[in-house]
Amino acid sequence: MTYTAWIILTAALVGLSCGIVGVFLILRKTAMMADAISHTVLLGIVVAFIITREVSGPAMLIGGILAGLLTAFFVQWLHTLNVQHDASMGIVFTTLFAIGVILIATSVGNAHLDVQHALMGEITFIPFHTITIPIIGEIPEAAGLLLLVLVVVLFFIIAFYKEWKITSFDPALAASLGIPVLFMHYVFMGLVSITTVASFDAVGAIMVVAMLITPAAAAYLWTDKLLIMLVLSGTFGVVSSIVGYYIAAWIDTSISGSMAFATGLVFMVSFFFSPKHGLVSKYIRPSKVA
Amino acid sequence: MAKTLIEVENLSASYRKNTVLHNVNFEVKPGTLTGIVGPNGAGKSTLIKTMLNLHPALTGKVSFFGLPFPKVKKRIGYVPQRGSVDWDFPTDALDVVTMGLYGQIGWLKKTKEKHRKQALSALEKMGMKDYADRQISQLSGGQQQRVFLARALVQNADIYFMDEPLAGVDAATEQAIMTILKELKSIGKTVMVVHHDLQTVENYFDHVLLLNRTVLHHGKTERVFTKENVADAYGGNMRWMGGERQYELHSFK
Repeated sequence: MTYTAWIILTAALVGLSCGIVGVFLILRKTAMMADAISHTVLLGIVVAFIITREVSGPAMLIGGILAGLLTAFFVQWLHTLNVQHDASMGIVFTTLFAIGVILIATSVGNAHLDVQHALMGEITFIPFHTITIPIIGEIPEAAGLLLLVLVVVLFFIIAFYKEWKITSFDPALAASLGIPVLFMHYVFMGLVSITTVASFDAVGAIMVVAMLITPAAAAYLWTDKLLIMLVLSGTFGVVSSIVGYYIAAWIDTSISGSMAFATGLVFMVSFFFSPKHGLVSKYIRPSKVA
Repeated sequence: MAKTLIEVENLSASYRKNTVLHNVNFEVKPGTLTGIVGPNGAGKSTLIKTMLNLHPALTGKVSFFGLPFPKVKKRIGYVPQRGSVDWDFPTDALDVVTMGLYGQIGWLKKTKEKHRKQALSALEKMGMKDYADRQISQLSGGQQQRVFLARALVQNADIYFMDEPLAGVDAATEQAIMTILKELKSIGKTVMVVHHDLQTVENYFDHVLLLNRTVLHHGKTERVFTKENVADAYGGNMRWMGGERQYELHSFK
């Protein structure tokens, strides 16, 4: 495959997995947890690097999951101590992120990891770091990692589809039926973490938030069915990444920035033109009061 | 006398550092329909949630059929307050009712046609069959409450806890819900309902539990639901209006 094809494929994988995970972030009203986790996984990645002394996929994944869960746990814990939910999020993620930044500056300081890369990603270099997988052959490591994460995410979402739905819609009923709501919350935060870590190399910590939240928020405007929302959100993610790549190639600018910009475009189009909740359709035919 | 079905001993719970329930003791017999009545902030919702392990108890013990909650949770149905969920969630009425079956369906299993049928017949019972495919945000408040009731019915539990099912619903829905509650009672189910409208207590419930942070009075409606007892629960903050059974309430948070 060509250099460009690998970049587009990697970007599309980011869009797809982020789009799917993002749906439940929106529905569980924890969109800003994505922001928190996308920053704190940096700490997990740095610590994984300090321990293993290499930038390897699996170690980074584990580090990222631990950092993500730690974030979720601290936020929950501060909240039970009567700190406001949004405030506890702000406190936890900035602190953990700062530790990551300090560690990069003091103990890691080499070419593999730097803050700029962590925030913005460097998708143009993706095709240079390849790994060899049996049968498939040589593929970029980031693409391999994303593929693995996509499979894991799809497995969890499909296998526990009912449980995600009920714990998102009505946690009190779910708990009274014996579904472990808090445990599911942490599993979900784990999924957010691995998606973020895998997307990290490609689009960086800031842009991954755009990929997680915006396609899902756009999909929410188009449909009243959860399944369709998932499919739409994944599609929007993929479309935004491809469109973003071509915007970047066209005006010669940052790829991850253009991808995030493209998600914004998709949202804007949805906001104005979606048949169910769009501004235009509301103007043309005022919604009936049931 | 029938055996005791629900037993609450020395239950206490706090909410945001304030103790809202202390030393709550009562017993409920099977086949009864109990109204839980008390002023705002009396801990009515907290009582239900604490009994169902949805809220941590500070002290005390709750047993159903002589067993702790986790062992009998499949036999207990819970209807949360309508306002506790997001009605813009992308789903339809039938799907919400089917959620009541998720406990029975179990992990890693898909909902089947028979579950769909069960849910549909529960909706029919609540007069909501025609709205099965309707997106839930497109339902009126009363219709949403009927969907919640249908979801409880489909659980086919032995004990039901309902948190203000009659709050903010239209008269027709109130009638429909009360018909169902009386029907549940007539087939031997036990129902406890958080209720806020004092004028209808006597018509609706055979037992009353007057709550204000602790159980003040509990028993058969005709014996317990007296002017004095109600005034007691509401801290005397009420004025009797006109006839014997017309009250106006002034309760504080």
